[in-house]
Amino acid sequence: MNVPEQALGAIEGVVGRRWIRRAPAELETYATDGLPTRHSRPCAVVLPGSRQELVSVVRILAHYGIPFVARGAGTGLSGGAVGDRDSVVIGLTRLNRILLIDPRNRRAVVEPGVVNVRLSEAARPYGLYYAPDPSSQTACTIGGNVAENAGGPHCLKYGVTSSHVLELEIILPDGSLVNLGSPGGEPWGPDLVGLFVGSEGMFGIATRIAVRLLPLPKAVRTLLADFPSLKTAGEAVSAIIASGIVPAALEMMDQNCVRVVEESIYAAGYPVDAAAVLIVELDGNSQEAVAAEAAEVERLLKDSGAGTVRMAADERERERLWQGRKKAFGALGRISPDLVVQDAVVPRTALPEVLEKISSIAAAYGLKVSNVFHAGDGNLHPNLNFDRREPDQLSRVERCSAEIMELCIKAGGSITGEHGVGTDKLRYMPLIFDGDTLAAMRAVRRVFDPQERANRGKVVPVHACREWSGVTA
Amino acid sequence: MAGTGVNLIRKLRALLGTGATVDTDPNGMPRVFPRTEEGVAAVLATASSEGWRVRVEGSAHWIPADAPADLAISTRSLAGVVNLDPPDLVATVQAGILWDELRQKLADHGVWVAQDPPGAHRTLGSIVATASSGPLRTGFGNLREHVLGLTLVTGEGRIIRPGGRVVKNVAGFDLVKLATGSFGAFGIITSLNLRLRAVPQADLTLAVRGNRDALTREALALMEQGATPAAMELLGEELSLGDGWILAIRLIGSWAAVDADRQSIAAVLTLPTSELKGDPARQFWRLWLERQAQSPITLRLGTLPSAMDEALDLLAHHLEGGTVAASIPAGSIRWSGTAPADRIRVLRHAAAQREMPVTVERAPWDLRHTLGHFGAYREGVGRITKALRRTFDPAGVLVVPLDDDR
Repeated sequence: MNVPEQALGAIEGVVGRRWIRRAPAELETYATDGLPTRHSRPCAVVLPGSRQELVSVVRILAHYGIPFVARGAGTGLSGGAVGDRDSVVIGLTRLNRILLIDPRNRRAVVEPGVVNVRLSEAARPYGLYYAPDPSSQTACTIGGNVAENAGGPHCLKYGVTSSHVLELEIILPDGSLVNLGSPGGEPWGPDLVGLFVGSEGMFGIATRIAVRLLPLPKAVRTLLADFPSLKTAGEAVSAIIASGIVPAALEMMDQNCVRVVEESIYAAGYPVDAAAVLIVELDGNSQEAVAAEAAEVERLLKDSGAGTVRMAADERERERLWQGRKKAFGALGRISPDLVVQDAVVPRTALPEVLEKISSIAAAYGLKVSNVFHAGDGNLHPNLNFDRREPDQLSRVERCSAEIMELCIKAGGSITGEHGVGTDKLRYMPLIFDGDTLAAMRAVRRVFDPQERANRGKVVPVHACREWSGVTA
Repeated sequence: MAGTGVNLIRKLRALLGTGATVDTDPNGMPRVFPRTEEGVAAVLATASSEGWRVRVEGSAHWIPADAPADLAISTRSLAGVVNLDPPDLVATVQAGILWDELRQKLADHGVWVAQDPPGAHRTLGSIVATASSGPLRTGFGNLREHVLGLTLVTGEGRIIRPGGRVVKNVAGFDLVKLATGSFGAFGIITSLNLRLRAVPQADLTLAVRGNRDALTREALALMEQGATPAAMELLGEELSLGDGWILAIRLIGSWAAVDADRQSIAAVLTLPTSELKGDPARQFWRLWLERQAQSPITLRLGTLPSAMDEALDLLAHHLEGGTVAASIPAGSIRWSGTAPADRIRVLRHAAAQREMPVTVERAPWDLRHTLGHFGAYREGVGRITKALRRTFDPAGVLVVPLDDDR
């Protein structure tokens, strides 16, 4: 199917010529997200400038039966925000207004294109912030976070995006607007907010998002510990979690990753000779209480075999430690033309064994793997550097990724903790869900989008679904 | 149409063999206790093809086992702890286990589910199906935050297993959240993967007595100071204004954190405060949670914290008496008492105009049937909910009234 000129003309009439992109060079910008291995140009990209324009565009697409892909900043890592030549990408970055900050109710209402970190900046004068903090938070949008149910280092204590979304206004693929949830967050009927968050743009587009804000902690302590092996670092993670202390963040980086960061402009002073480092952050409402918890965590780290444990002396040092962690993907990106950031989850106690096996798998494929990840919740990010211009490298990366996924599934884990399924993880879905469960997911998608036009071809592998309630493969 | 009770019992016995106990309830209705989720699936699949209407029962200590149907399926023979993994803080538990029994088994291993649902002698399945979060929803989130995965047998008899056993997981659509709090309208939950936490070092309750207005002001002042307690509950035995209200604040965590929070909260509070620890604290909370099951109706109203006073006034205006527990930071009120359906309907209408949903958490059948658990929805949501029900229960087997019958 080709997108009819008449439809594109109607869309241009809504948004103006400047905000519809059709030239191949322009479309190339939208041909991938943060995952370089999935490349596909859409027929056109439209950038509505208001909610009303967005509604009109979706209704024109519905009228002509045209598939579409909603896209935020394109920082996703699963090939989820990419369309094909028969579809239109709807870029939401111009819908970037913070509509309300309500400090009394610790609540904000935003448009989907608001950049994650901008919300926390806007809430800061009120002593509040928005907790989910993906590493891409200086670029990624709240709408994209909702679609992917994004996480981040501080989700260990405060929960992922779905824990913070109170209410949504969405536009369904048929062009109708629906309000889900209620202002205070109590479901109004079944929990459709919970269902919508993480639906990867396949149920519709969030046009307004009400989120919970949290009080800024009054005290923060950040510790850096180095370990002689991945095993001891993994044991330290388990010891901290078992103690009952819930750190705000508990992150691990292996030696490969530390060295790359230390060779970059993001150098944070991490020890390059350690097999692994842990960053542990504790926060709370009292300096004394957080200091006491930090002392207990320091003891646990040392008892688990940490070489040295260093506490950030001031806010500047803390920011430096975090910059190294959050910009690690950027640092890794500079050492090879291409980088795949994988995403999987394993039970925390399986971390040491799984990490060692990941190293072996990568070595078997002649690839270098660097790990930087959310150790506190077992959310791994093995990074594979490669050069697709070299014969066979892309194929080896794909096969290596598949083996890593199978390993994590066998360990009792999941194929994605925060990046989503998109197109990249489609092939693994039948490994963790049976045909009935996949068919149920597809059937639910068809409740929201009977024509299956919204971000088609993602998340649920149609061939693996059992025939179910009128849903046929 | 179903055959006679005797015929139906014969069919069920033939279908399930030794995989289930079959008896009749006190009214002579056939009742089946499957011992496997496949047994549940077989009954529902047969019900779908035969046109039987099915009632789901737990312990009947929250929602009464009074819905008219051709047969009842009880989850009480699915009551085991399948897997308990304290190091990874996850447990797989069958839905028919009693909450108190589960809590004790977990405590024996130094772990807990950070929730305190209202009522007593309830099954885990009932708590999840009704999303009955208690006061701890303020600090630990609603019940849905604690369910990592589940097994749902749909009305059509399909077994689906969304979610997983790890704390972070975005693989596939979140059907776990759809099933949580849907009152069993999409199927029967047979087992759950629960997120556990280590039992905390310290657990302290502060109680402030006074009138409703003064205590609400205290709570909002604490919120403005950035307080983040595990629970902050405004408790009233009667809706009418008086001095018999309590603001109960629960602090959970390390000794150092709890002590620091206690001091910072004391610096904000203007009314005299008493402290409860150990058994007296446990008894205090248990009393309030169990009290909510002592009258026949429980409603849950959602609001903004700043509109809490308005919401309580609204309840007092439309309903008489009753017990109130309001989680102020979480914007949620639970009311238990007695009221005719038309009064609740008028309340719901008035609340909806203020964007406050009123859910019927529990009530006798006549009232549930008349009002529905959710009543009316926001525009467009009813259409989605109905389509979801058709998807999971195309033959309309499950007797679960969600909508107002008007």
